[in-house]
This record gives sequence, C-alpha cells and structure tokens, in this order.
Amino acid sequence: MTVKELAEREGFTPVCLPDPERVIEGGYCGDLLSWVMGRAKSSQAWITIMSNMNIAAVATLCDVAVIVLSENVSPDDGVKETAEARGINIIKTPMATFEAAALISSLI
Amino acid sequence: MSESVRFRFNVDGSNFTTAGQASVQVKKNLRELGIPAEAIRRVSIAMYEGEINMVIHAHGGEAEVIVFEDRIEIILSDHGPGIPNIELAMKEGYSTAPDNIRSLGFGAGMGLPNMKRYTDDMKIDTELGKGTTITMTVKF
Ligand SMILES: Nc1ncnc2c1ncn2[C@@H]1O[C@H](COP(=O)(O)OP(=O)(O)OP(=O)(O)O)[C@@H](O)[C@H]1O
Ligand SMILES: [Mg+2]
Repeated sequence: MTVKELAEREGFTPVCLPDPERVIEGGYCGDLLSWVMGRAKSSQAWITIMSNMNIAAVATLCDVAVIVLSENVSPDDGVKETAEARGINIIKTPMATFEAAALISSLI
Repeated sequence: MSESVRFRFNVDGSNFTTAGQASVQVKKNLRELGIPAEAIRRVSIAMYEGEINMVIHAHGGEAEVIVFEDRIEIILSDHGPGIPNIELAMKEGYSTAPDNIRSLGFGAGMGLPNMKRYTDDMKIDTELGKGTTITMTVKF
C-alpha cells in the first residue's frame, strides 16, 4: 500500500505528503527516539505520539515511509514545513497506536 | 593512501529542535557520493545519536566525517563534562537526561548502545571536566 492510499482511508488525515507514492512495508510503534533509531527499518510506517521537530530528523535518518501521529496528536510548529522540505510524509489519526497499527498491518 | 573526502560541522549545543542537522546533511552528502545505502544508514544513525548526545549532555561540539575507499570514520568531539563511567554509560537503559529532555523522546539510554551496534568500531576518549571524543568506523 502506498502512503497516499493510507492517507485516503477513513480515520487518517494527511498532514503533508511530499512523497505520496512511497510504499509502506511494515511498521514500527514507539515514542522513545533512540528505540526508534535502533529498531525502525526503511520503508516502515512509524506510529508515534511524539510531535516535536526531532521526529523529522529521526524519520529522515531511519528512512521510514511515513510518520503516523496517533491519538489525535498534531505536529508542533514548523514540523510540517520541515517534513515537506525533506520529503517526509506525515499522516494523523484519532486512533490509539494499537488500533492504528492493527489497521495498517491488515492493509499492507 | 587513497584519496579521502572530509565533512566538518559545528554542532550547536543550545538548540534541541534543530539537533541532528549535521547527520541529516551527512546522509545527503554520502548519497551523492554513491556510498551503499546500508552503510549510509549505519553512519547516519550512529552519528545522529552521537550528535544528539553532544547537544544534550555536552553543550555541543564538532563533528567530522571522513570517507575512505572502504570505510567511513566519524569523529565527534565536545568540551562537555566527560563521561565518569563508560561501562555504565554503555548499558542499555542508563541515562542521566533531565525531564525536559525526556519529554522530547530522548533519554531511553539507547544512544551509545545504538552507536556501538551500528558501527564496526567505536572508541571513547573522555576526561572529566575536559570533554569527550568518540571515534566510530563503518566499513563497507
Ligand atoms: N558526549 C557526552 N558527554 C557527556 N556525557 C555523555 C555524552 N554522551 C553520553 N553521555 C552520558 O552517557 C549516558 C548514556 O548515553 P545514551 O546516549 O546511551 O543515552 P541518553 O542520551 O541518556 O538517552 P537516548 O540516547 O536513549 O536518548 C547519558 O545519559 C550521559 O550521562
Ligand atoms: Mg543519547
């Protein structure tokens, strides 16, 4: 499934999609950035409630396909612009991390 | 000795929101040089962890990345407080990060272990009150 297809599903709202055709291959859930750095793999969907600027750097370096902000979290000021400029997709959802992960897992 | 390419960065120790910029830039530079993707990933993750540590624990510092024909060397040096007990600092889960930093998602105590795991060689030179220099090598 592409990031764009996920963003179009009910319950998901795009924040920015500079690289919409990116294909999602698996996922990783986590809010502690060093865990994410150590465990998330390229092209995964990273589901988190962390909203600060550092998620843009982590997503870039881990090369995840998309950041999925769960629990209705919105990105902090400036994150959207930075993500857009660096080609990082961000989607948000009111779902809890568990539900978002289960749904994404069933879709890919 | 074969020719090498060098990148140098000042790492600003006062800004947590822009922390990691040097690593993001290095990733870009290495891509342009045509370095294998897996090596780029290992270098940029290890460097990011070290860069963030310099910002959080040592008021910033300098980063240098040297690209050789078969390996990449990352040298991170700071003039921070030094690491009193390296063995303890290397333990997964050990962290002295303050609460305001933890609320940003740092402080899991996984940075140094990640640096070790993602590199082929890692050396820590540290002196209390003087600073820390970490040298990492990624072969490809
Ligand atoms: N450059 C440094 N100068 C001084 N102390 C350091 C430095 N780097 C690491 N440390 C010490 O080593 C500890 C462990 O570092 P490590 O990167 O593993 O975890 P952390 O930075 O606390 O959390 P995380 O990296 O998971 O966000 C730190 O909490 C700090 O006490
Ligand atoms: Mg750290």
